[in-house]
Amino acid sequence: MIAFLRNTWRGLTSMRTALTLLFLLALAAMPGALLPQLSLNAAKVDEYVAQRGWWGELLLKLGFFEVYATPWFAAIYLLLFTSLVGCLLPRTWEYFKQMRSKPVLTPRNLSRMPHHAQAELDITPDEAVERAEKALRGWRMDSGEGAVSAERGFLRETGNLVFHFALLGLLVSFALGKMFSYEGQVIVQADGGQFCNGGIFNYDSFRPGLRVDGTDLTPFCVEIGEFSAEYLDNGQPVGFQADIRYQSGQDLAANTWKPYTLQVNHPLRTDGDRVYLLGHGYTPTFTVTFPNGEKRTQGIQWLPADQLTLASEGATKFDPPGITDSETRRKNQIAVTGLLAPTPLLHGGILTSKYPALNNPMVAVDVYRGDLGVDDGRGQSIFSIDGKMVEQGRLQKVARKNLALGEEIALDDGTKVRFDSVNDWVSLQVSHDPTQGYVLVFAILIILGLGVSLTVKRRRVWVRATRLEDGRTLVEVGGLARTDQAGYGEEFTRLARAVLNEEKS
Amino acid sequence: MPVNETLATYSDWLYRSALGVYLFAVLLYAVEQAFSRAPRKSEALVGAGAPSVLTDEPKSELTRAERIGRMGAAMTVLGALLHLGSLVMRGLSAGRAPWGNMYEYMSLLCLAAVATWIVLMVKFSIRRLGVFVLPPILVLLFLGGTVLYAESAPVQPALRSYWLVIHVSVISISSGILLIPGVTSILYLLKDRRTDRFPKLPSADVLDRMSYRTTVLAFPLFTAGIICGAIWAEAAWGRFWGWDPKETVAFVSWVVYAAYLHARATAGWRGRGAAWINVAGFAVNVFNLFFINLVATGLHSYAGL
Repeated sequence: MIAFLRNTWRGLTSMRTALTLLFLLALAAMPGALLPQLSLNAAKVDEYVAQRGWWGELLLKLGFFEVYATPWFAAIYLLLFTSLVGCLLPRTWEYFKQMRSKPVLTPRNLSRMPHHAQAELDITPDEAVERAEKALRGWRMDSGEGAVSAERGFLRETGNLVFHFALLGLLVSFALGKMFSYEGQVIVQADGGQFCNGGIFNYDSFRPGLRVDGTDLTPFCVEIGEFSAEYLDNGQPVGFQADIRYQSGQDLAANTWKPYTLQVNHPLRTDGDRVYLLGHGYTPTFTVTFPNGEKRTQGIQWLPADQLTLASEGATKFDPPGITDSETRRKNQIAVTGLLAPTPLLHGGILTSKYPALNNPMVAVDVYRGDLGVDDGRGQSIFSIDGKMVEQGRLQKVARKNLALGEEIALDDGTKVRFDSVNDWVSLQVSHDPTQGYVLVFAILIILGLGVSLTVKRRRVWVRATRLEDGRTLVEVGGLARTDQAGYGEEFTRLARAVLNEEKS
Repeated sequence: MPVNETLATYSDWLYRSALGVYLFAVLLYAVEQAFSRAPRKSEALVGAGAPSVLTDEPKSELTRAERIGRMGAAMTVLGALLHLGSLVMRGLSAGRAPWGNMYEYMSLLCLAAVATWIVLMVKFSIRRLGVFVLPPILVLLFLGGTVLYAESAPVQPALRSYWLVIHVSVISISSGILLIPGVTSILYLLKDRRTDRFPKLPSADVLDRMSYRTTVLAFPLFTAGIICGAIWAEAAWGRFWGWDPKETVAFVSWVVYAAYLHARATAGWRGRGAAWINVAGFAVNVFNLFFINLVATGLHSYAGL
């Protein structure tokens, strides 16, 4: 039993196993790049599975659409992790032992070394040793009776160990981060819209870490001021920025605001949370005048359908005022849907957008009246109307028209819909990851360790001086690089020359 | 900032000239390779780096083939200078770091590969291998200059960061350096199997050492490039690592090169095994460059085609 455990451990920690595991890791990570992933684009996964039939279902069951969260991926990296620990522990032990031990004894036959030089000199063996000690200043040295053994490049192993331990540290921090981090997205109207990190319900979408339940979010608030975008003539965006105010920590109690300019690549960092400007779009505002003369004004974000021209689609929904009977109310709800063109281009009555910035924007609207289906308890997209209601005839298209700013459309019952204005909205992302600072520290250690361990060479030099019968001294120098011989030659030649020169010191 | 059209045109001219000069260099290398004798046993064993053994003919009298090979090397250097000029002009014309789209990225990558090759030519006596090393670079440059070509233009907001200068250049340069061991590893695999069949190739040992030295140089750079990318991703996308296709394949390629370094220190994997792994790493890099940029959709899809 013990033999079995020992053999398993040895097998697991051997370099061959580590290599195999590395290959498996590389191989297992690949599907994540080739197949759509749930964490990145869930809609695409659904489409993919639907198109492939049973084959897609199988892939789905095996976790190929969430590769990095599957047991088989975890198994590979946990085994690799164990293998790494098993390899590092004895090496660390060995490292500290070697650090305290002296350089190895001088081998008997130095001419067998990969690097070798010798000369007969008019000096005594003691002088030769002295000379060698001088030439080898800075090396770990052990000199004895007519012989010097020196070693250098211990840093290589140091760097190597630092690299591997930093790798472990990085993996652990990464895993902890997955536990305690969260990420949420929310759309906020520019020119006064506010968002507060009070709880999950404030977000449009929220992705919590495994140990985040959303009750303990760090409180902070942001208020979006003016949003501005700059475009090239061909519609390519050049820059986005939003002037915001925010409060966090003590500012919340004192109700004071700090200004910040939110830009792409320049997130707001406050109290462990980061706020990013991810995107923007337009909010058209419509005023509906009901037959009884009452007015309702609403503006809600529409979704850019074309990223280049920002032609946007959406649905602005109205409830008739002053009707308490839900039955009657459901017959008279109104939805304004259609296309918003920031810079309109009319072609035979068809509206398209030709440029993403606002230049006399226009909308092509379809006005629906009837039951929007918002009362039946099911969630509904804010960007569209419920297609089922239209199919069942409970929601009917009653008018269609292109509207410029200020223009209105009249329905058969006297209701009027006016296109008032267009404002900006911004999409924000709030990210929280308490361990990413540690990840950065370990990443820097990884680079340092790697750099040192791949540039420093571990090498040895031995010098032996023997008195010859004629009174002269035979001085031999041998050298050995322990990892890669390349590049050691020059240094050895220089050292040998210093030791073997003819002049008396 | 408006684009300076004149400089952009100069940049394109220089790019084409560099391509032509490289092509000429390959032809010269090919002539040398075809008309020179195979090295004798003694030279082959001594290998590179060591002082050359005295030969029958004095050094000053080069054979015609050698002279042509030297011209090839000189052409390579000239090509690299023109190539560098093309990049600099591109940068000046657009007023930004000249690696903002796939064409420019590949141009920088190829320049790094050529520069590595020039350094290797100086360090090892392997000039004739240019006939194998330059063609893949030429293919990349040709594809970049034709199908993937993009006009000089400003970049989109997400790329407006000093991390573009650091992250993209480091990744591009390290990938360029890694092209060289990819080629020399293939040559190693050819040479190692049948030493007698490719008498004009350097010894397997020299090829192995070239592969190792270049990989060891590029690997820490590549690592640093990925880490810079993670730092940038944290500022631009809200997370430092998100398994975006490009990130994933970069990770895979990092793991493969790490496996190469380990394989070279493992009995039974040294030599052929390690060489195969290096070739695999090269293949992953090529896949990352073309498939992920052109076919997969991810956050790195800026390609600007």
